Amino acid sequence: MAMEKESNAGTAVTAEAQSGVDYTGKKIGMWLFLFTELLFFGGMFLLYSVFRSQYPAEFHSAAQEENLLLGSVNTTILLTSSFTIAVAIAAIRKGNKIFSLYMQTATIMFGICFLIIKYFEWSAKISKGIYPDSPALLSREKGEILFFSLYYVMTGIHGIHVLIGVIAIAIMFVYTRRGVIGRDNFAKLENTGLYWHFVDIVWIYLFPLFYLIT
Amino acid sequence: MDRGTSREPTAGYVHYALIWAALVALLIMTIAIARLSLLANYSVLGSLFIATVKAGLVLIYFMHLKHEGWVVKGMLLLAVAALFFIIALTFVDVWYR
Repeated sequence: MAMEKESNAGTAVTAEAQSGVDYTGKKIGMWLFLFTELLFFGGMFLLYSVFRSQYPAEFHSAAQEENLLLGSVNTTILLTSSFTIAVAIAAIRKGNKIFSLYMQTATIMFGICFLIIKYFEWSAKISKGIYPDSPALLSREKGEILFFSLYYVMTGIHGIHVLIGVIAIAIMFVYTRRGVIGRDNFAKLENTGLYWHFVDIVWIYLFPLFYLIT
Repeated sequence: MDRGTSREPTAGYVHYALIWAALVALLIMTIAIARLSLLANYSVLGSLFIATVKAGLVLIYFMHLKHEGWVVKGMLLLAVAALFFIIALTFVDVWYR
C-alpha cells in the first residue's frame, strides 16, 4: 500500500514535470491570496467584536430587526453552492465534462439567487429609512447606528465577493466548454472553487453575527 | 513534499453530499439553539463554535485541506494565529484601557 502510494507520487511528480504545469505553485498562490482576504475580512470582524462588546444592548435590539428567514435561506443557498462547485471539480477530474458544466451552472444560479435575496433584504431596510447616514438611522442609539453600518459594509463587501465569484465561475464554464479546463488541466476551476468556498466560510460567520446573536 | 492540485484522490459525489447534509444539519442546530435560547448566556459562544465546525468541514473536505501538504496547512495556521492575536491584543487594550 505504502509502496503503491509512493509509486503514485512519483508518477504524479513526473506527470507534473512533463506537462510543464506548476500545479503546486498555482495552488499555493491561491491560498496566499485567500489569507490576505482572511485578514481583510478579519479587520471588519474585529471592529464588529469591539463595538458589540461596547454596545451589547443596542446590538441586541438592532439584530432583532434582521430577517432570519431570508438569512437562513441565503445560508442554505451558499452551503449548497459550495457542494455543487465541489462536485463540479470532482466531475471534471473524473472526465465527466457535461455533469461538471451542469454543476457549474447550478453554482452560478445559487450565487445569483443569493444576490437577489440580498437585494430584497437591503431594499426592505432602505424603504424603512435604514441606510448609512440616513436621518432615521442617525436618530437612533449610537450602538444601533454602528450595527447597521457594519451590516451594510460587511454584507456589501461580501456581496461583491459573491458577484466576483459568479463571474469567475461563468468564465470557468466557458473554459470548460472550450476544453481549456479538462480532466488533466483543472487548476483554474479548482482555484475558483477555493475562492467560492472561502466566500461561503465568510458568510458562515456573518450569519450568526447579524441574524442569530440577539 | 506538497504534490499539488491534480494529485489528490478524487472524492465521490456521495461523500460531498454527506458533508452538505452535515452542514445543513449544523445550520438547523444553530438556528434552534439561538431561537430557543437553549444555551442561555452562552448562545454567542455556541453560535460561533458551530460556525467554526461548519467552516472546518468546508475547509477540510470541500477545500481538500486534508490532502494538502504541510506548507499550505502551516500557512493557514499562521494566518489564523495572526488574526487571533490581532483580535486578542485589541481586546486587551479595549478591556483594560
